[in-house]
Amino acid sequence: MTTSTRTEAVNQLVRFDKVQRTAHWMNALLFGVLMFTAIPLYFGSFFGIVFPRHVIQEIHLWSGLMLPAPVLVSMAGPWGRRMREDVRRFSYWTRSEIRWMKTLGRSPLDADKYNPGQKANALFVGAVIVVMWATGCILQWFRFFPVSWRTGATVTHDFFAFAIFAAVAGHVFMALTHREVLVSIFKGTVSEEWAEHHAREWLDEEQVSN
Amino acid sequence: MEQSPDSKFTKVPVGRRVFIGLAALGAVGIAFGAEAQNFVGSKLGSGIASLLPGGDHFRIYSITGSYPYISPRKYRLKVSGLVAKPSTFTLADLQSMPAYEMVKGFQCVTGWRVPDVHWKGVQLTHLLKEAGVRAGAVAVSFDSYDGADTESLTLDQAHLSDVIVAYEMSGAPVTQHHGGPVRLVVPQMYGYKSLKWLSAIRVVDRVEPGYWEQNGYPGNGWLDGTTGPTDPDPSLA
Repeated sequence: MTTSTRTEAVNQLVRFDKVQRTAHWMNALLFGVLMFTAIPLYFGSFFGIVFPRHVIQEIHLWSGLMLPAPVLVSMAGPWGRRMREDVRRFSYWTRSEIRWMKTLGRSPLDADKYNPGQKANALFVGAVIVVMWATGCILQWFRFFPVSWRTGATVTHDFFAFAIFAAVAGHVFMALTHREVLVSIFKGTVSEEWAEHHAREWLDEEQVSN
Repeated sequence: MEQSPDSKFTKVPVGRRVFIGLAALGAVGIAFGAEAQNFVGSKLGSGIASLLPGGDHFRIYSITGSYPYISPRKYRLKVSGLVAKPSTFTLADLQSMPAYEMVKGFQCVTGWRVPDVHWKGVQLTHLLKEAGVRAGAVAVSFDSYDGADTESLTLDQAHLSDVIVAYEMSGAPVTQHHGGPVRLVVPQMYGYKSLKWLSAIRVVDRVEPGYWEQNGYPGNGWLDGTTGPTDPDPSLA
């Protein structure tokens, strides 16, 4: 079995190619900058603390405008084959995955490349990019929107921001407590042995297609 | 891939639904977030609601990068310009005048909104009447202790009975961050018209665009939905 999905040692499978890893880290960088600048913008105006608001606001604005770029660019061209393939995995769930999610992991799972929790995280991130980008644009170019929309966009932007902090904390916690998965977002591969235990269906797929 | 019903390979577009559902929640939030905020605020009370994400709290801005502190004891409000009797008032002077109280929403032009803020102060009409507006007066200009912010109202707008010089907010003295000891409150217009740290009222013969108007905001900051001044209490006008 020698194919393009094999790299380095024979027992390694490509989980994230270079495009996906770059997209992930660019996305993470933008989320990080946005979350970091969001804290003074939100709590600063809450408590009236003095800080160079204008500068922080500009950084937040430009990072926010760029936010959809990593995902879109990584999916767009001929380089986005794996990315698009994974998006399909996020979209379509098997019955066992739905059950696993509903029982919070207490039912048997025919494990795909990503488990339902990971899929839910990806879907959440994708959706909040859309929501934060749209509400952020309304807040920035408020003149073009009725005032009730501006108020609604403010409330929604704040509400989702809190959800994002919770989700990112969960994501980082899971990453730090699952070593091999964490390593795979740096070097791109996981061992066949790992796939055997955590992504059986995917391993079978890969072996059939190879 | 087999597609027989209920086989373990049957795939349901759950993920797509979750994605669209979350995005739709965002759209619903934009459309109805203002109502939801009012509802939550009325159920929980503004105090608790203001602690919630997206809750109704003030976003405090300063155009100078600092918040001037003016001791209530040393506070002075100067009324000058085209008036018969130019004068300077202390905080105690203002407090000894007939008080006007109101509960009004505070709406920022950028969207955030705080429902039901209780204000207490002196009507601008009262101060103008005391000073005696002279012929040729067209507008009223306002200066701030921050040395940068200015605001302007036409004489008609300045005579609305709910335009006040406020020294109490939510039952307590207006705090430094909220523009205390004394600020202007123009509840029928966007928040930028409600100048903080009010230092001077000048009756003038033309409209002088204020700080925010010079930065692109409309001179008449009427809240959407109102076409012009409506006097909440015509007997006081």
